[in-house]
Amino acid sequence: MKFSITVTLKKDVLDPQGKVVQNTLNNIGFNLKSIRQGKYFEVVVDEKDQKKAEKKVDEMCKKLLVNLIIEDYKINKL
Amino acid sequence: MKSSVIVFPGSNCDRDIAVALEKMQFKNQMVWHKETRLPKSDLIVLPGGFSYGDYLRSGAIAGKSLIIDEVIRAANDGCLVLGICNGFQILTETGLLKGTLLRNKNLKFINKNVRIKVMNNETKFSNKYKKDEVLKINIAHNEGNFFTDDNHLKELKENNLISFKYCDEKGNVDDQSNPNGSLENIAGIYNLKKNILGMMPHPERMVDKLISNTDGVNLFSSLLN
Amino acid sequence: MEITDQIIENHGLKTQEFNEIKKLLKREPNLLELGIFSAMWNEHCSYKSSRLHLKKLPTNGKQVIQGPGENAGVIDIGDNDAIVFKIESHNHPSYIEPYQGAATGVGGILRDVFTMGARPIALLNSIHFGSPTHPKTKSLLNGVVSGIGGYGNCIGIPTVAGETKFDETYNENNLVNAMAVGLAKKDKIFYSKAKGINKSVVYVGSKTGRDGIHGASMASAEFDENTEDKKPTVQVGDPFTEKLLMEACLELMKDSSIISIQDMGAAGLTSSSVEMASKGSLGVELELDKVPCREENMTPYEMMLSESQERMLIILEEGKEKDAKKIFDKWDLDFVVIGKTTNTNNLTLKFNDKIEGEIPIEALANKAPIYDRKWIRKKISKNKVELKNLKKIKIEDALLKILSSPNHSNKSWITNQYDQAVMCDTAQKSGSDAAIIRIHNKDKAIAVSVDSSANYCKSHPITGGKQTVCENWRNLISVGAKPLAITNCLNFGNPENENIMGEFAECLEGIKEACEFLDYPVVSGNVSFYNGTNKKNINPTPVIGGVGLINKLSNPMGHSFKKDKSAIIVIGKTFGHLEQSCFLKENYSIVEGMPPEINLLNEKNNGENVLKLIQEKLILSSHDISNGGLLVALSEMVFSSSFGIKILKPKKLSNLLGYFFGEDQGRYVLEIDNRNLQKVEKKLKNNNIYYEYIGNTQRDYFEIEGEMKIAVKDLCKSNNKWYNNY
Repeated sequence: MKFSITVTLKKDVLDPQGKVVQNTLNNIGFNLKSIRQGKYFEVVVDEKDQKKAEKKVDEMCKKLLVNLIIEDYKINKL
Repeated sequence: MKSSVIVFPGSNCDRDIAVALEKMQFKNQMVWHKETRLPKSDLIVLPGGFSYGDYLRSGAIAGKSLIIDEVIRAANDGCLVLGICNGFQILTETGLLKGTLLRNKNLKFINKNVRIKVMNNETKFSNKYKKDEVLKINIAHNEGNFFTDDNHLKELKENNLISFKYCDEKGNVDDQSNPNGSLENIAGIYNLKKNILGMMPHPERMVDKLISNTDGVNLFSSLLN
Repeated sequence: MEITDQIIENHGLKTQEFNEIKKLLKREPNLLELGIFSAMWNEHCSYKSSRLHLKKLPTNGKQVIQGPGENAGVIDIGDNDAIVFKIESHNHPSYIEPYQGAATGVGGILRDVFTMGARPIALLNSIHFGSPTHPKTKSLLNGVVSGIGGYGNCIGIPTVAGETKFDETYNENNLVNAMAVGLAKKDKIFYSKAKGINKSVVYVGSKTGRDGIHGASMASAEFDENTEDKKPTVQVGDPFTEKLLMEACLELMKDSSIISIQDMGAAGLTSSSVEMASKGSLGVELELDKVPCREENMTPYEMMLSESQERMLIILEEGKEKDAKKIFDKWDLDFVVIGKTTNTNNLTLKFNDKIEGEIPIEALANKAPIYDRKWIRKKISKNKVELKNLKKIKIEDALLKILSSPNHSNKSWITNQYDQAVMCDTAQKSGSDAAIIRIHNKDKAIAVSVDSSANYCKSHPITGGKQTVCENWRNLISVGAKPLAITNCLNFGNPENENIMGEFAECLEGIKEACEFLDYPVVSGNVSFYNGTNKKNINPTPVIGGVGLINKLSNPMGHSFKKDKSAIIVIGKTFGHLEQSCFLKENYSIVEGMPPEINLLNEKNNGENVLKLIQEKLILSSHDISNGGLLVALSEMVFSSSFGIKILKPKKLSNLLGYFFGEDQGRYVLEIDNRNLQKVEKKLKNNNIYYEYIGNTQRDYFEIEGEMKIAVKDLCKSNNKWYNNY
């Protein structure tokens, strides 16, 4: 079963990368209000039961993929 | 000989290269990235550091700055261009050099002295070195792992465009002496016309016997030759 | 909003403190004002538990330009050059988010240095973790080291020295102390004292977010089961912006536009504005709606307490705003006039033209309660270690056990993650007694080192305090530098505990005594209390950062053996003190007894003579003897060179283990070319310096006559073993 995980910085946390990318895009001529940088993972788990698979992916996020102190995450089935 | 060192926000090794150039009798100018015109130069240097914090991708943002168009124009006209470390990364992002610098294999920043072998000693940058000479030189990077596609690799080999390879003290090019996982231990490359050199190690850190050694001196002497 | 008891407690204030605030204001504070008091009156900003004791430290000397009380300390190194330096802790944030905690620690200390007009030229750190087997240690270690490297490397300042220690005392409370050293012109030092009325108060740097609100209060609270909930207070560092900020400030400092400048560190806008106004005996009025914010709808409370990084507050000369703004525009940084100095002596906070809070500056800066906390002296341990009852051990086995232990193993896997060579003035890197940084474009250089001895301090705080200063002093002497001054970071547990407070008071007594005797004053520093979890406190860990001067740098003096068949002598007498030693800890898990005695007279004499010998170019390599004793010091000299040694068995002492592993103080190992040996011995005899010729260097083997012989290769292997397996 395949899932996507999108990891983003929590709302109030500073995103130094997003800040610089935004300025650069503005300088090249794009006008945007904001941009925040995150990470994207695609995971394939060996599990036929969707609920069980999601639980596994969720554990992966909590244990390794996501820094729970400053990041949020969303899991989607693909 | 006249040199211009381009300074981006976040460049750190600009002072270091300026000191080395002046020591080697270059007439040097610092050029801020917001300038739209380059002073008349025989050599343009893109220094090491963390331009734009290495945010997004190392060298990606610097590659889009105003002054880069001038650098590209000058390079295409045959001006000599030297990109060191972050400078090398910027050169690949602009397309002046093909290939890319990926994260070090062990995923950590590495700062240490390594050995590199002079693969081509017949260019404007290397004529004062002996063929296969082994140099002791400092590296300091997080993304120094050179990678490129098969076509480019073929081109590099067929045209003798690989400038330096990581090796051991005796000049053996092997896995053990490769600090960052670079394809075929490549530490630096030229473009087809051989007027642009991109290298990860820092020659400007090797011009002072008291601090390190003088293995970098001949790179600058070659240019003056 | 009504101020309830719960709100007062949440702000980290005690009831008496709240009552004191009411008295000073002659009314109840509103929430904004309460927040400001809580930030200025917490331990981290007010030093309420430590001030009385810190006053005792020696802070003067002809080499001192500025002692404690400013953003950093300043010393004179001649030629109109000055060195600006300080060490600071970032312990609690590093436990919660190790990468960012360590990174922002580095960022904060750098700002303290360049705010005074000094270009930072070196970074050092002293980091302490729990036992390697503790579940959190590995991730904390990786996070902290990456964070330090990530910030320092990006901003382009070499991280040249430090120490990394493991001990179960730090299991739930790791320590991260970051030190920065900068170079300035003596006649161009910038201070934080505001001067003049109606001068512009300018905000420069990053925008303000909700980061770290109440971080200063967090630093003053112990961890407990609820610590995990404190997560949102962690700040994220942006070293790229700090590099821009540093360059912009240094550029502005080239002329005389700046009256005073301060970085926004703990308690951000609050502490910087209050401290600048207080020093100048002025008032300050801020229009908070002008503060550049990165989040929407920020309240005055949030703006005043935010600890967003990479921001400075500047008081500018009249008419200089336009030119100054040009510089900050060049570097793409915010530059906004957010207020002015006044003669009201109040901190007046306006938001959209309405006064939201008004507090007398003095109440915030100087009326924080000063506590004379009760403390008790440490009782001298009666436990003696009976060596004869210990299981027999071979010298070689004992040595290998120490060398392969986490605390002694080769740390290049850490230091290789730091760029040590950027700026091209690093003449000697990590791994030596002290790093050596050449002063740019000049012949002279400074030596820097950072040291601590928590185990000694735990067993006998006065001696531990003295010893830490002496070891730091010796480390500078060993590289041929004249020690000039120190900065200290005092990491302790809960000061409301009499024993902990006693450790603090007594360590300071020891530090004071050693500093006075050695003419080695304290010019800056930081106190970190409440390093404890659930009533368990860390061992007292004062960390000393020292700076010394090398007048003419020819060849950096290191501790690698240079030649074959050169003579090795030990300066200072070896009595064989094994209590509290690495030998006992690593081989028998015994941590007992008293630390080795300090004889300050010997320290001074031995050190001054070693320095003279080095300056007269009679020494090939030198090393101070500390943890692990003589054999460990000799091993370290072997590792970094390509030579081994042959040591003669000592004739007089019967206890060989004591001789080789004893941690007696005031000693150095010197390698001397045989041709110079007589000359050196004569000089030592003339100055009544006790010394012993113990053997000579040789190729390939580490040998003690009749006791052990091991190939140097194998010795190195055991020293590299631990990390590879971890």
